[in-house]
Amino acid sequence: MSSKSEKIMARIGVYAFLVIAAAFFLMPFYVMIVTSLKTMDEIRVTSIFAVPSAPTLEAWITAWQSACTGLKCNGLSVGFLNSVLIMVPATVLSILLGAVTGYALSFWRPRGAGIIFGVLIVAAFIPYQVFIYPLVRMLSQVGLYNSLAGIVAIHVIFGMPIMVLLFRNYYAGLPRDLFSAARVDGGGFWVIFVRLILPLSPPILIVAVILQSTHIWNDFLFGLVFAGSDNQPMTVLLNNIVNSTQGEKAYNVNMAATILTAAVPLIIYLASGRWFVRGIAAGAVKG
Amino acid sequence: MAKFSGTRAHVYLAMMPVWIIVLVALVGSTIWTFVISLTSSKLLPVYKFNFFHQYELLLKLPAWQVAVSNLIVFGLLFIAICLVFGFIMAIMMDQRIRGEALFRTIFLYPYAMSFVVTGLVWQWVLNPGFGIQAAVRGLGFETFTFDWIVQPKRAIYVLVLAAVWQGSGLVMAILLAGLRGVDEDLWKATRIDGIAKWRVYPSIVLPIIAPMAATATVLLAVSVVKAYDLVVALTGGGPGNATEVPAKFVMENLFARQNIALANAGAIMMLVAVVAILVPMYYARRYSAQKAGA
Repeated sequence: MSSKSEKIMARIGVYAFLVIAAAFFLMPFYVMIVTSLKTMDEIRVTSIFAVPSAPTLEAWITAWQSACTGLKCNGLSVGFLNSVLIMVPATVLSILLGAVTGYALSFWRPRGAGIIFGVLIVAAFIPYQVFIYPLVRMLSQVGLYNSLAGIVAIHVIFGMPIMVLLFRNYYAGLPRDLFSAARVDGGGFWVIFVRLILPLSPPILIVAVILQSTHIWNDFLFGLVFAGSDNQPMTVLLNNIVNSTQGEKAYNVNMAATILTAAVPLIIYLASGRWFVRGIAAGAVKG
Repeated sequence: MAKFSGTRAHVYLAMMPVWIIVLVALVGSTIWTFVISLTSSKLLPVYKFNFFHQYELLLKLPAWQVAVSNLIVFGLLFIAICLVFGFIMAIMMDQRIRGEALFRTIFLYPYAMSFVVTGLVWQWVLNPGFGIQAAVRGLGFETFTFDWIVQPKRAIYVLVLAAVWQGSGLVMAILLAGLRGVDEDLWKATRIDGIAKWRVYPSIVLPIIAPMAATATVLLAVSVVKAYDLVVALTGGGPGNATEVPAKFVMENLFARQNIALANAGAIMMLVAVVAILVPMYYARRYSAQKAGA
């Protein structure tokens, strides 16, 4: 009897812990939402936890089209577009390059494979500050500093370590006999890649798309340094809007802007479910 | 034969981009950064070498010392709390609970968001005039104080709080995967021996999932050294210099103070810190792998 009631108590303890932990994780998100739906007058007099008395999307509209950074008042929409223009080509290119390189490393044993692999693994851990200044100089030399192509190139460069490791590990797990048979049939490098390897790749391609698109969208440092003022991604613009010291702070607009910036990776996260966890696991393997 | 060499040419062609990235962008930049750190460059690189002079300056500079000690306090607390909290969450998730997928989604969603978002949300929640402090005071507790974000001696803990919120779900996910890999027979054996569950986890299960815990620790430690976005968004390094960190010091000396030799010396010091984290890990792994193999 006592053992049974102990068991019930233990169950209650487990759920109590989980619910309290969930409340800790959800609280900031809840506060963000309710703040973004209030007017500034209401924010001044009510608790941050209070439900808005007359929810309004005004702050969202301001955040999207007319929030100010310094003298420019075009809202976050510009940053959203820039982030899309950066994310799409950078994701596609880094995955393509990672897949081809991983394929070459796994099946063709090119010379210097060990060097490439070693450098990429180490580079995955090195703080970006180590590379930044020389890369600024190199990109200025070729006229790509402060340009869309430049920031895309930077994302492709720093996507390489994780992408190559991801694809190499996946391809190393495919049966080698398939590849040998294709070689005997006279398949060349690209033919085997396109006809045999790519059709076997969708699971790892999905993981790669999730990893790269969220990483690139969430980047702040590279966007700040390399994109230039015309191509600032959403994260940089968001920080400028919220942390700009001019004028009175519009907390409702700030929170609406923050949710808007978080929306794309959150949607990717919620839609991908277990795939996201798998991507994290794949990323963690590099440790 | 001709066809074979043609195929080889395609392999070389395919490897060209990654060779350029590895040799120029990664290795080349690192060497260049190191070379500049040995000079007296200010706004532009000048190759007048005074060897480790910048490092001497850097190590004596109060701003750098503060940044390093902030990072150590932040890093130790962040890693310790993430590991303990993540481990407890993983254990709770492992109790055949209902709604596991929902809890997993909730614990992990902050990890999907940008550090900038995390920083700005917590800046708002902890705002002394409007945030938690004001809300609790509004309930009638007039003297309630939770204004760490504006207290120079407490602001670093705010950084820890926000970082734990973002990162502990990841630790949970990694350790939960480890727990799921623990042999069911082991659980049966401990049940037959009558060992209480709460003792099995720390004393028997934890050593088994130690490699996962080590992976999580390395990931967290490396993210500590890289810490930049979160600081910029949450506190801007303030109040005063209470939350300044090395990555921010390097960025400011590169782009605002035009002190590139000093900045690059700082970047190389960050690199040294990462190597100091990774090398012992690498050898520990090799050692345990050898032991397992023997």
